[in-house]
Amino acid sequence: MALEVEGLKVHYRTVKGDVRALDGVSFSLEDGEIVGLAGESGCGKTTLGKSLIRLDGRMRHMGGTAVLDGTELPIGDDRAMNAHRWKEVSIIPQYSMSALNPTRKIGKMTAELLRSRGKSYRELKDELVRRLELVGLSEKVLDNYPIELSGGMKQRVVMVLSTLLDPSLLIADEVTSALDVTNQKAVAETLVRFRDMGFVKSMIVVTHDLSLVYQIADTIMVMYAGQIVEKASAETIIKSPKHPYTKALIGALPEVGLEYGDERLKSIPGKPPHLLNPPTGCRFRDRCPLASEECETEPPKVAVEAGHEVSCWKAVD
Amino acid sequence: MGRYFRRKLLIYGLTFIIAVSINFAVPRLMPGDPVARMLTRNSVANLESSEAMRGYFNDLFGLDVPLWKQYLNYWAALFQGDLGVSVFAFPAPVSSVVADALPYTLALLLPSILLSWVVGNALGAMAARNKLLDNGALPIGYVLTAVPYMWLAILLAWVGGILLGWFPVAGGYSFALTPAFTWTFIADLFHHWFLPFLSLFVVALGGWAIGMRNLVIYELESDYSNYLQALGAPNRLVRRYAFRNAVLPQITGLALQLGVVVGGALVTEVVFAYPGLGSLLLNAINNQDFFLLQGILLFIVIGVLVFNFLADVVYVLVDPRTRLGLEGGQS
Ligand SMILES: Nc1ncnc2c1ncn2[C@@H]1O[C@H](COP(=O)(O)OP(=O)(O)OP(=O)(O)O)[C@@H](O)[C@H]1O
Ligand code: SF4
Ligand SMILES: [Mg+2]
Repeated sequence: MALEVEGLKVHYRTVKGDVRALDGVSFSLEDGEIVGLAGESGCGKTTLGKSLIRLDGRMRHMGGTAVLDGTELPIGDDRAMNAHRWKEVSIIPQYSMSALNPTRKIGKMTAELLRSRGKSYRELKDELVRRLELVGLSEKVLDNYPIELSGGMKQRVVMVLSTLLDPSLLIADEVTSALDVTNQKAVAETLVRFRDMGFVKSMIVVTHDLSLVYQIADTIMVMYAGQIVEKASAETIIKSPKHPYTKALIGALPEVGLEYGDERLKSIPGKPPHLLNPPTGCRFRDRCPLASEECETEPPKVAVEAGHEVSCWKAVD
Repeated sequence: MGRYFRRKLLIYGLTFIIAVSINFAVPRLMPGDPVARMLTRNSVANLESSEAMRGYFNDLFGLDVPLWKQYLNYWAALFQGDLGVSVFAFPAPVSSVVADALPYTLALLLPSILLSWVVGNALGAMAARNKLLDNGALPIGYVLTAVPYMWLAILLAWVGGILLGWFPVAGGYSFALTPAFTWTFIADLFHHWFLPFLSLFVVALGGWAIGMRNLVIYELESDYSNYLQALGAPNRLVRRYAFRNAVLPQITGLALQLGVVVGGALVTEVVFAYPGLGSLLLNAINNQDFFLLQGILLFIVIGVLVFNFLADVVYVLVDPRTRLGLEGGQS
C-alpha cells in the first residue's frame, strides 16, 4: 500500500467561516497505481492534491491522516512536511506554465533548488539530461530562460523537474488542460512512461478530461462536494458506474471522445451545494433523481465488488 | 536589440532638437526686451550713451542678426559650450553661473535619491515578511508619502532650524566663510546640506518602501514561489528569488528618478534657500534673465533625456524577459 488516506478533512479559513473543501476523504493507492481524480469544478480536487504536499496559508488540517509508505505525513506541520516534499511526494501544479522563475536560467534554478535540498546538481545532471531527452528536450534548455520555451516545453521541464528525485507519490493537477490535443496525448503518455520506468511509484491525476484519464488511469475516483462518492477501475467507472452522480456524468456522454466538463453537468438540474454549510445526509440529494427519505442520512460506503466502492443508499439496487 | 536602441536614440535625439529649439524660441517670444531691462538696471539715462550701450549689448547677446541666423548661431555656440551671457549675473557667462550652482543640486539630490532607494527597498523587503514591521513602519511610510512635500520641508526647517536650532535654515554655507578646501568650510557645507537632504530623503523613502513591500509580496505569492515551496525549497531561496525579481522594476524606477535630478529640487532649494539650480531658476525668472533661464532649462532637458535613456537601457538589460523579447527581433 503506497498511500493510505483516512478521514481527511481540510478547511479554508474565510471571513464567512470555514469552507469544508475536504470533508472526510478516505482512499488508498497501490504501488504503481495511477488513479484519476474527477469531479465538477469546485468539488475539492486541487485541495486534495495540495493537502498531500503543501497547505497554503488559508488551508487548515482539521483531521484525518495520510500514510505514505508506512510513514504518516505531517500534513498540518509545514516545517516537518518539508523533508517529505519532492523526495517522497511531488506535484506537477495546475500552473506549470508559470511555475519556473522567469529571471533564472532553468539549469541554474534547478541547481540552486537541488543544493537547497542537500542534493548535488553535478551528480544528478546526467540523469536530468537523460530525462529531458526522454521527453524530447535537449540539454540546451538548461541554458534557457523559461520565456524562451513554449508552453508545452515548460510543462515537460516541470514534469522532469518534479520527478527528478524519484518521489513515491506524484500529484498531477490538470496537467493537460492548457494544452492542445496532440500535446495532451503526449503528456498523458509521458506520465505512464514515468511510472513504468520507476521515476514515480504511484500517481494521482486530477483532470477535467475523463476520456484522457480513462486511457492512462488504472482507477478513477469521482468526487462530489468535498467527498469521494465512487471509486473503481477506470473500465468500471466508464462502463458501469453505480453512483447516480457518476452516471449523470458518464451517461450523458457519447461513447467516443468521452469528454465532459461543466457544460455536461448543466443537464443535471441544480448546482453542487456550497461548502460553507454543506447539507447533512447525501450531498447529491438535491439533484439526484433517485433521492428518497433515507438519503437524508449520510449514505454508507458500499463495496459493490472488489475494488468498487460507492457511497450511495441505492448502490446495490 | 540594436534596432531597439537605435530607434530609442533617434527618438531621444529628435526630442533634444525640439527641446533646444523651443528653448531658443520661448524667451524671444516673451514680452519684454532684455537689453532694455539691462539698460534700466544700469540706469543709463543719457539717451546717447544708452544708444551706444544698446548696440553693445545687442552685439554681445547676438540679437542684432536675423532670427534664422540667431538660431544657427545658437546651435553653433551650444556645441562650444557657450550658452551666452547672464543678464542677472552680468557679465558672467551662463555656463559658469550654472556650473557654480550645479554641484549644490547634485550633492543634494544624488545622495538623497540613492540612499532613500537603498534604505527604502531594504525596509520594504523586510516589511513584506515581518508582520510587526509591516504594521508598524508601513503606516508611517504611507503618511510620509501622503504629506505634501512643501509642508514637510517647512516643518523640518522649523523644527531642526528654529525650534531646536541645530541646523541653519538658509544658504549653502555661512556667509562669514569664504569657500575653501578646509575642514571648517566642509563641515559648514555639510551642516547646511543636512536638512534639505533629510527632507528629500524622508519623502522618497516611504514610496520606495511601500513599492518594494508590495512587489515582494506579489512575487512571494506568484506561481514560481509556490512551486519552489511545494518542492520543499527553504524560505531563504524563495525569498532571494522574490527579492531579486521585485527589485528589477525598482531599478528602472531609480533610473527614472535620477532623470529629474537636475531640476528636481526646486521646492527644496526655495524652502531652504539653498543655492542650487532650483534657486537659480527662480532668480532667472524673477529677473527675466532669459539667457540664464535657457541655460538652466537646457541642463534640465539634457538630464531628463540622458537618464530616461539610461532607464530604457537598464530596463531592457536587467530583466531577461525584456532582453530576450527584444532579441527576438521585434522592437
Ligand atoms: N483560497 C480559498 N479560500 C476559500 N475557499 C476556497 C479557496 N480555494 C478553494 N476554495 C473552495 O474550496 C472548494 C474546493 O476548491 P478546489 O480548488 O479544490 O476545487 P477543484 O475541484 O480543484 O476545482 P477546479 O476543477 O475548478 O480546479 C471550492 O468550493 C472553493 O470555493
Ligand atoms: S444516496 Fe440517495 S441522494 Fe445520494 S446519490 Fe444515492 S440515491 Fe441519490
Ligand atoms: Mg483545481
